[in-house]
Amino acid sequence: MPQMNMVQAINDALRQEMRRNDRVVILGEDVGKVGGVFRVTQQLFDEFGEDRVIDTPLSEGGIIGCAIGMALYGLVPVPEIQFADFIWPAYDQIVNELAKIRYRSGGDHTAKMVIRAPVGGGIRGGHYHSQHPEAQFIHVAGLKVVCPSSPSDAKGLLTSAIRDPDPVLFLEPKRIYRAAKGDVPEGDYALPLGVASIVRSGSDVTVLAYGAMLYEAVDAATKAAAQGVEAEVIDLRTLWPVDIDTIIGSVRKTGRLVIVHEAPRTCGFGAELCSLVTERVFYHLQAPPIRVTGFDTPFPYALEMDYLPLSHRILPALLRVMQSE
Amino acid sequence: MEGVNPKVSRTLLDDGTLAPETDPGLSWDELRFVYRHMVETRLLDERLTALQRQGRVGFHVGCLGEEAAILGSAFAMRPQDWVFPCYREFGAALMRGLPFQSFIDNMFGNDNDTVRGRQMPDHYTSRRAHWMSVSSPVGTQITQGVGFAWAARLRKEDLATLIYFGDGATSSSDFHGGMNFAGVFKTPSVLFCRNNGWAISVPTERQTASETFAQKGIAYGVPSIRVDGNDLFAVVFAVKTAVARASAGEGPTLIEALTYRMGGHSTNDDPNAYRKSDALQAWVERDPLLRVKRYLEQHDQWTERQEEELKQALLDRLRVAISIAEAAPRPRLESMFDDVYERRTWNLDEQRAELLASVDSARGETPSHGGARG
Repeated sequence: MPQMNMVQAINDALRQEMRRNDRVVILGEDVGKVGGVFRVTQQLFDEFGEDRVIDTPLSEGGIIGCAIGMALYGLVPVPEIQFADFIWPAYDQIVNELAKIRYRSGGDHTAKMVIRAPVGGGIRGGHYHSQHPEAQFIHVAGLKVVCPSSPSDAKGLLTSAIRDPDPVLFLEPKRIYRAAKGDVPEGDYALPLGVASIVRSGSDVTVLAYGAMLYEAVDAATKAAAQGVEAEVIDLRTLWPVDIDTIIGSVRKTGRLVIVHEAPRTCGFGAELCSLVTERVFYHLQAPPIRVTGFDTPFPYALEMDYLPLSHRILPALLRVMQSE
Repeated sequence: MEGVNPKVSRTLLDDGTLAPETDPGLSWDELRFVYRHMVETRLLDERLTALQRQGRVGFHVGCLGEEAAILGSAFAMRPQDWVFPCYREFGAALMRGLPFQSFIDNMFGNDNDTVRGRQMPDHYTSRRAHWMSVSSPVGTQITQGVGFAWAARLRKEDLATLIYFGDGATSSSDFHGGMNFAGVFKTPSVLFCRNNGWAISVPTERQTASETFAQKGIAYGVPSIRVDGNDLFAVVFAVKTAVARASAGEGPTLIEALTYRMGGHSTNDDPNAYRKSDALQAWVERDPLLRVKRYLEQHDQWTERQEEELKQALLDRLRVAISIAEAAPRPRLESMFDDVYERRTWNLDEQRAELLASVDSARGETPSHGGARG
């Protein structure tokens, strides 16, 4: 099995699906000859040509609006939003149109596509190249949201997202685009959406994480183990529909919950996860759940490593959740 | 590229003749076909407005005075072409094959409504009519219609899109994005702007400082034309010309059709609050129905008796359709959770069970407000 980083794995998934289905098209800013600012679509232009790997004018609203039209026609667009921070001009099209077309037309029309967008901080990108806006999309009825943390998951989940009948927002943690490396199955490889992965088993506390912060959660869990706390770390992988059964099964076992995400805390996805757990297994909980998240501030530039919920902020939470009575 | 001719293209002249250079060459049968649909559209507007006043339908957004622009443009499209509507074009949807009963069921939001009572009245859909699902946000259909045409071009299918929007929508970012993409990628799109003078209460001079809406095409490299939107012949000719350009791979056309919204924005609007009633007089004289009717009568192709028979037949048909629609049940509760995704997700299953259980515990009683009867 070849070793790949995240960029190569996503590129591989795109290539496989474009070979398999000639209706799959990529469009976005700089996705063509240069292969995207992160080189995720590198060399796809050479193989599939300018009609399937399309450099567009600089207009997120135009990209997504046109992609919806293409999807209504029957193509399978995979638009790239260069940074998730720039997705907002397209928010109306995503929320009011893309996510609603199946419902509002009584199933007469569907517009499936995969919107790829790099997310997250830790790359010295400042406020406008670092946001992690999953919550604003999970809240929207009709969308699915995915955020992989490993190259093989990225390939398998993107493949499934492209084959999925519903619109999917595919969030790519850019801090680990090249840092995350691993074995990736060759050829056709699909992983089902909606299934989380238990990446570390433990009996004391359940840790929910995804994307780049998964590695921070695993690091904190390793350090906690040295202090006698065994954390079970779950990589959510698909954020919506989230794998509720795996989460609840774990919390039932551990009785404790720590949630990690980069986005601001208030009304972040952690709030929903916390509610889902407490509504179901409140009496199994032995301590109040803890959220370790970005702060309720705009994303800061110089202090980004203090803003992010890195291992050194997760570890105290793991120890603290054990002390509660 | 050349500038836009500010002159408004007219075909049906005051003396009752057609300007030969812009005569679309309609047969008498074709002309009567479109005229019948114009009459149907106006009559439906009157009746649906009355039904709204009676509290029997929740809402109606009409097109009084804009019938030539709407029906003429849709008539000029070919069967394989697709329409991306604004929300004021029900008459054209019916002409293109939206089943009459489906439209009336949509007005009542009942269980037979093709969109299952999920949208306001006048927000129907019809794959059969090649009619895209209507949404309320202004301008969003412009980029979508451009993308659809672009996809057809990429797949080498001879297909064009007719994209409807009003003068107000030219202020939206989607107009800019759509025009820009259409120009850059030469999409086979007919961008049809009905300049009806008003965006609810805001007049055209508050939408733009441009002399015309058509000239906005210059900035995007999109050929543009102004037509008399109350002149059925001029509209048909302009759109047929645009479709021919699209089909030949020459790209998009922006058409500004000058017309006038003689009614309110919708049944929820009272134009007396912001415009003087004498503003209408000039447009009453240019009534698009009257102009076609006079032309037909001058050539002995239509009689008052035919007009009366047509209206009576339409009223009879409408009466039956309304009685069927009013007798139909409201959408089933469970249907609220369908079509959010292709398959229901676990949270929707949970919430569906929660709603059904709450209804069971209330012994089948459901709130009486909203929705259709039944």
